[in-house]
Amino acid sequence: MNSTLKPIPWKLHLGVLAVAIVFPFVFPSNFMVNFGVMALFYAFIGQSWNIAGGFAGQLSFGHVAFFGVGAYASTILQMRYGFSPWLGLPAAALAGAVVGGIIAVLAFRAGLKGSYLALITLAFAEVLRIVANSISITGGGLGMLIPMKASVANFQFTERIGFYFLILVLTAGSIALAEWLRRSRFGAQLAAIRENEDSAKALGIDVFAEKVKVMVISGAIGGMGGCFFAQYFLYIDPLVVFGVDKSVEMLLVSMIGGAGTVYGPLVGSVLLALISDVTRDLTQIQGLSLVLYGGLLVVIIAYLPNGLIDLFKRRTPSPRKRD
Amino acid sequence: MDPTILAAATINGVLLGGMYTLVACGLTLIYGVLHIINFAHGSMLMLAMFGVYYLLTKLGIDPYVSIVVMVPAMYLFGYVLYKGLIGRLAHGRDENILLITLGLSILIENLALLFFKGDSRTISVSYSDRMIEIGPTLVALPKLISFVVAIVLCIALGLFIQHTDTGRSIRAVAKERVGARLMGIDVDRIFAISYGIGLATLGAAACLLMPIFYVSPSIGHVFVLVSFTVVVLGGMGSFTGAAVGGLIVGLTESFGGLFLGESLGQIGISLIFILILLFRPSGLFGAKS
Repeated sequence: MNSTLKPIPWKLHLGVLAVAIVFPFVFPSNFMVNFGVMALFYAFIGQSWNIAGGFAGQLSFGHVAFFGVGAYASTILQMRYGFSPWLGLPAAALAGAVVGGIIAVLAFRAGLKGSYLALITLAFAEVLRIVANSISITGGGLGMLIPMKASVANFQFTERIGFYFLILVLTAGSIALAEWLRRSRFGAQLAAIRENEDSAKALGIDVFAEKVKVMVISGAIGGMGGCFFAQYFLYIDPLVVFGVDKSVEMLLVSMIGGAGTVYGPLVGSVLLALISDVTRDLTQIQGLSLVLYGGLLVVIIAYLPNGLIDLFKRRTPSPRKRD
Repeated sequence: MDPTILAAATINGVLLGGMYTLVACGLTLIYGVLHIINFAHGSMLMLAMFGVYYLLTKLGIDPYVSIVVMVPAMYLFGYVLYKGLIGRLAHGRDENILLITLGLSILIENLALLFFKGDSRTISVSYSDRMIEIGPTLVALPKLISFVVAIVLCIALGLFIQHTDTGRSIRAVAKERVGARLMGIDVDRIFAISYGIGLATLGAAACLLMPIFYVSPSIGHVFVLVSFTVVVLGGMGSFTGAAVGGLIVGLTESFGGLFLGESLGQIGISLIFILILLFRPSGLFGAKS
């Protein structure tokens, strides 16, 4: 997970952005734009995981908690209280940040890390799923359906390309945040915590505060991802937005692309979206893409510990070893 | 509330607890003793249950008789899997084992979906519906058997880990990996053996669960979080803990369903899990580390 200190050249950032901007004009079909939306969406929620799990090394198996509260916060505000869905986006970010902060304070106060942290985050997500499934304001197990009423003011674009550029802005923002994180003092402190928490403490880093901070940021991004998801699919239910599957997907795109790297989640999500579409079209076999994801994760951990992004760098990957 | 209902819920909870203990005692060996999370535990149980299912439907072997096939088969599978894949690929990092077993569980579950399709299957054996009267309620005989075997299995594993050479080696590796290696213990082999034993108990669990449960490719999900709760609640590597933890979790689920309803009733297990992790991560019977 070692992010190199070598700065990413501006040309690369601009190049990636340019490709993303022209993509829907070169491939304007609904199918391709949808592909782009899904790839960017997973890159976005993957970045949420990556900032905590990759940059700070805080392994979470329950990141869907942030995603889910974001989805429910924005949808409840819109459906039950009549707020504009655009307000849902900051509200979702706030909800995700608050839940991220609460979980972080509780878990880090108790000194949980590694596998314990993975398990407790999973359990928190489960609690939220069960609560969402049991109370009436969330619509219980039936979920919530957002009525179709296409207008930009209503966060519903008549053309998919509107959603495409919205998620592009969000994802670009998350990548910019990751790049800032990599360069900043805060990012360096997180890297120190990831590599060796005790040494980081000895260096005078307030480990607890930094870890809480990173979970708040990560939670805010996850929450916004949930809001986007709700508005794109116009339907949420507890299993979809609080299910383990989404936590795993957030982790997968980052781990496969390259955890702790700026472009890891994007590389991972484009690859996974490709695999998903190609296998579905060529074979029509349900679940085959997930078989490949699982296999890919094993291979990556074993042979490319810094993710696929290592293939683009001209240096030999070193197996991740402690010390 | 009617005492008959309470008694029924208690008995139901205890039996449920037996079922969870059965699945969790292998995990307590893998997770508790070796400090690695076996995320593939649920999907391995699923494989074993499909094994029992096909042994009955294709070869006509009774689930209880299949124990003699499933236990060694799962042991061998676990040993080879760890030796050939998990241990080799993890580069000695615990977090990598977590991620590799996660990858494996995704892989296995979805392969199972391809081969076995998504529907749930049940088996019927002559004794499936045999009822026994306990106090005010009737209890299915296979449930009672699974409960008894779960307790026996915990005791057997406890004795094994305390009194055999392999058991001592496992404890030594758990306590002090480097020291154990210096004493001439083949640490990798001990890891593989522990993983094998963990899966072997799943082989036994599958045989006992099949007559009272159903199997589907996603059956593992039912047991994963619950099993971790049992293990953490009972305490790392404590088989007494696994049995007590299983009972508490089973009773929590039973009474949660009774008092809070079907949906919210499930919250008890997750809450116990969170509270234990926050306030007593060593569990009820675990040594403080």
